Amino acid sequence: MFLLKYILRNLFRHRLRSVLTVVGIAVAVLAFGLLRTLVGLWYSGAEHASDTRLVTRNSISLVFPLPISYLERIRGVPGVTTVSYGSWFGAYYKEPKNFFANYAIEPKGYMELYPEFTLSPQEKNDFLLDRKGCIVGQRLAKTYGWKVGDLITLKGTIYPGQWEFVLRGIYHGREKATEERILLFHWDYLNEAMRQTVPRRADQVGYFIVGVKKPELASEVALAIDSLFKNSLAETLTETEKAFHMGFVSMTEAIMIAIQIVSYMVIAIIMVVAANTMAMTARERIGEYATLKTLGFKGWHLAGLIFGESVIISFLGGLLGVAATFPAASWIETELAQFFPYFSVSGETLLLELLAALSVGVVSGIFPTWRGATIRIADGLKRIG
Amino acid sequence: MAENSEPIVRIRNLSKAYRRGTQVIPVLTGINFDIARGEFVALMGPSGSGKSTLLNLIAGIDSADQGSIQVADVEITSLGESDLARWRAGSVGFIFQFYNLIPVLTAFENVELPLLLTHLDRRERREHVEAVLNVVGLADRMDHYPAQLSGGQQQRVAIARAIVTDPEILVADEPTGDLDRASAEEILQLMDRLVQAFGKTVIMVTHDPRAAEKAHIIRHLEKGELSVT
Ligand SMILES: Nc1ncnc2c1ncn2[C@@H]1O[C@H](COP(=O)(O)OP(=O)(O)O)[C@@H](O)[C@H]1O
Ligand SMILES: [Mg+2]
Repeated sequence: MFLLKYILRNLFRHRLRSVLTVVGIAVAVLAFGLLRTLVGLWYSGAEHASDTRLVTRNSISLVFPLPISYLERIRGVPGVTTVSYGSWFGAYYKEPKNFFANYAIEPKGYMELYPEFTLSPQEKNDFLLDRKGCIVGQRLAKTYGWKVGDLITLKGTIYPGQWEFVLRGIYHGREKATEERILLFHWDYLNEAMRQTVPRRADQVGYFIVGVKKPELASEVALAIDSLFKNSLAETLTETEKAFHMGFVSMTEAIMIAIQIVSYMVIAIIMVVAANTMAMTARERIGEYATLKTLGFKGWHLAGLIFGESVIISFLGGLLGVAATFPAASWIETELAQFFPYFSVSGETLLLELLAALSVGVVSGIFPTWRGATIRIADGLKRIG
Repeated sequence: MAENSEPIVRIRNLSKAYRRGTQVIPVLTGINFDIARGEFVALMGPSGSGKSTLLNLIAGIDSADQGSIQVADVEITSLGESDLARWRAGSVGFIFQFYNLIPVLTAFENVELPLLLTHLDRRERREHVEAVLNVVGLADRMDHYPAQLSGGQQQRVAIARAIVTDPEILVADEPTGDLDRASAEEILQLMDRLVQAFGKTVIMVTHDPRAAEKAHIIRHLEKGELSVT
């Protein structure tokens, strides 16, 4: 009890120093948590990808299309259940900064292949029936305040012009990681427009999504599809959605590892800074510690006093950092939505933030604690005056 | 009465040297010294003569190289660090030149410090603290922090802290060294009263002859050896 009172009073002794240390630790912990979340999200796309869905694309590059005529031939491959297709549309809402993922898709097969996009039967039906209809994820709807029935106009980039859609449904992600910031509309709508304006861009799709009966068949089916189009004008590359994501992820893995290292370095740096501050504080109080020892207090009393202070400071920093993580994450989610479809910090990360803060407290407290607890009384007393 | 009773402090053949690298600096060489119960002893001598060193040895906060120190029949040179700490807490009251109060604790809390190491409960501690603050005349200042008190008042708080456990001996190292004449006089009178009225044994290091006058016995330390005045 007394120890705690004494520690708290010591905390207020150099208010500015304590506050700066707490804030420093909080900022470091916040950075650590956000960077970790970022890395986690990067990999989670692949983790949550289905392994019964294949993606067939142009083998040269994602940006080259495939003819729609491939559809029937892919359907004929044994083991294939459903085939759908789509094109990256790349339009934005009003201003370029209002950017989000939007695709022209074949809706019926798509809805079957993506059960994690949950829509009410009514909305689903309305969407399927309206060629100018679109659906959006609920986060996206929330961002722009869209309601079912609204007319949404997008500015095209890859497909120039003003594109009008009627919002027919707002889907919810079945899982946390399900993207809820996507807009989907009828590929037919796009294709018709292309036929009239730029016929050479008509009847082409960016990719096919192929459902297979069971995961074990995936590689077999993928090979079968690709061999169908060998030596044709547009050769295909088919992989599981997971592999597709992983390919994307591995391209940037080095960056992710660097970010991870930085996140630990941030903690290491604040450890050094906090350790220096604690050592400075303890040095100033050496005479006091010697006095307490003179009065009969033992080394472990002093250890509790010094160590307690550094752990409490760090813990306060940790709590502040954790508290700041929530507004920071939601700010990122709204302001940087085009980069991060969702940015929710996991409980594990929050726990790690606190652990990081505590480890800062422990590490920065060790040296001053050892010095304070082992100081020779006669030497310590000479420091007063 | 002092002459007849057993000495409370009994020092035999005490030596202490400091080592600076390969250099050995002898500070105390073969000191023999008895202090009777209830005495007020002043230790004088030039600066650097080893007064503080001797006082620290008697109070058990430094260790001797050789010789024996008995305080109230306890041979403190043979105590381990932990036992020595316990012994100090119960048997020695410390008064320092710069008071050595804890700045973040009130006068009351500073005086209470040594009692936290005893079995006394909260209420008993409060009674003891209030009693000794009354003795030093600062009962009305017990909620003040050291910075809110004058030097003389701080030293009186320190004296209250020194006597709150009712120790065998009080040791004071230049207790008036940082005080003006009037405050110093007050402190010396208080220490005198502790000896006269409460039967305390006080060992005081000082280089102020006027302070030493208050003592019953003045011993001089020079070149590592004691002489009687
Ligand atoms: N820790 C130490 N290391 C080396 N020399 C010391 C140490 N402490 C004291 N001394 C030396 O011992 C001598 C006696 O010191 P001290 O007892 O403090 O003298 P006084 O209190 O009489 O002024 C001095 O010469 C001092 O320099
Ligand atoms: Mg001295």
